[in-house]
Amino acid sequence: MKVTEQDVAYVAELANLDLSDEERRAMLRDLNSILDYVDRLNELDTADVPPMAQVSERYGAGQAKQGSERFAYARRADMVAGLRKSLPRAEALANAPDADEEFFRVPKVIER
Amino acid sequence: MDLKSLTIDAARSAVQERRITAVELAEAHYARIQKEDGQIAAFLTLSKERALEQADRMDRMAAEGKPLPPLGGVPVGIKDVMSTRGVRTTAGSRILDRYVPAYDCTAVARMEAAGAVVLGKMNCDEFAMGSSNENSGYHPVRNPRDLSRVPGGSSGGSAAAVAADMAVVTLGSDTGGSIRQPASFCGVVGMMPTYGRVSRYGLIAFASSLDHIGPLAKTVKDAATVLRTIAGRDPMDSTSAEVPVPDYVAELEKPVRGLKLGVPKEYFGDGLDGEVRQAVEAAIGRLQGLGCEIVPLSLPHTPYAIPAYYLIATAEASSNLARYDGVRYGQRARGVKTLSEMYRRSRDQGFGAEVKRRIMLGTYALSAGYYDAYYLKAQKVRTLLTRDFEEAFRKVDAMVTPTSPTAAFRLGEKSNDPLSMYLADIYTVTADLAGIPGISIPCGETQEKLPIGLQILGKHFDEATVLGIAHAYEQAQS
Repeated sequence: MKVTEQDVAYVAELANLDLSDEERRAMLRDLNSILDYVDRLNELDTADVPPMAQVSERYGAGQAKQGSERFAYARRADMVAGLRKSLPRAEALANAPDADEEFFRVPKVIER
Repeated sequence: MDLKSLTIDAARSAVQERRITAVELAEAHYARIQKEDGQIAAFLTLSKERALEQADRMDRMAAEGKPLPPLGGVPVGIKDVMSTRGVRTTAGSRILDRYVPAYDCTAVARMEAAGAVVLGKMNCDEFAMGSSNENSGYHPVRNPRDLSRVPGGSSGGSAAAVAADMAVVTLGSDTGGSIRQPASFCGVVGMMPTYGRVSRYGLIAFASSLDHIGPLAKTVKDAATVLRTIAGRDPMDSTSAEVPVPDYVAELEKPVRGLKLGVPKEYFGDGLDGEVRQAVEAAIGRLQGLGCEIVPLSLPHTPYAIPAYYLIATAEASSNLARYDGVRYGQRARGVKTLSEMYRRSRDQGFGAEVKRRIMLGTYALSAGYYDAYYLKAQKVRTLLTRDFEEAFRKVDAMVTPTSPTAAFRLGEKSNDPLSMYLADIYTVTADLAGIPGISIPCGETQEKLPIGLQILGKHFDEATVLGIAHAYEQAQS
């Protein structure tokens, strides 16, 4: 598969990256080179192979149990402050580039 | 006090017996950092106040004759991808240049609860993406063994600090080899535990199904001590395993005679440097001399590990890095008129080239029309790779391989060709994909006196066997 300039522009939009012209050129070259290399995965017949999203599916506690019961230990009661208390507001806002006492402040969303 | 080869036991007992105070020990390390780190650049932030407060606490315990906890008074460094409450944490990126976390990474909290003195935050490749620490948004780290060369990455700062005795142990993270490879380049011990062995809570995420936290140390025993401290179930990380933590230190002396060690032929092919091959083969010979049985075997899907890794890791990264949008934390671009512009400009200005490249690749691999061909395909190949290991581990107890195809390369040597840099991970990515534990220990040097690493891989949750073999090898060398 060959990546085009349009693909780069489209993906940059999806990824919320504002690339310069030079960055776009370099990206076109690099993506093509890398995707060319990863194409070799098609040498393998994976028709009957299940995908593996998560290593922990294959091991760990509760092997004898089925489905989500295997990970029952990772659940907790649905309650406020279940594992710990929420951050105080001031702390939560402390790293904000722009905030008032209550909210994070951002530019307006302007309709095109 | 001589910091060279200072281990956890030596440091802790010196503080316990009041031959030195923990404060003096921390200050001695800071003096060394002052002297050496100008050239190496292993540290991004020093946390003197926190370190000296902790050291003082340990000194008061020792003065009262109380037994110190297992890492009492031991100076440590933490890779800057792990959050430390009140201490600047950057993940090696300019986008988090002034970020100060409101909470501690669980692994860090456990180290401190065990008495560790956190000296500071270690330089690393930006968001842990890299194999040479040249992708740091700040400065590249230099290899203490040869300043013209890279320390490896992405935990380059963590490895360099231990190699240069600027910390007794450090914590690093490994997603595609980022603990083991720099350990091998710098001549120290680096261990990646089983996925889920150590909580990832507070680890700034790169690829959530591949990230691991682990120790870098001067000896295998120190790595085992740290692992015992940080491992175990954490309710804050639902992927952390409900599996008991053995006393890894006590298990070190278990005899290795009779253990079966697999040697996978795919790790000894064409790309392997001659001197590395020689050193690793000699090391395998020594293990055989210790009574281990060497079993040649094949892990046939090995050549597909790098392509699978670079699709899975980048896809997960593209999702994990979406949070850096200038809203709640991190750098925000100035002079922007709309929200959308704010997102794009902040990210474009804050992220380095490699991070952008990986976000783009990952986004592409997940996008409509390409998801099946790339991401899903890679996940299926991941299953095949894991099955290779499971199959092999029915016949052997562990495997031995080189950690890296070469010793440390020069700064700038691979930075122009991303693909060539990716191929440096060829022997390490497989363990991350399968979730198995692996350690790198020094096993010799090249003609130019560059360290060479031996990698030992084990079964899921069998860190004890991996550490035991590594320890036996290390002891036989001295």
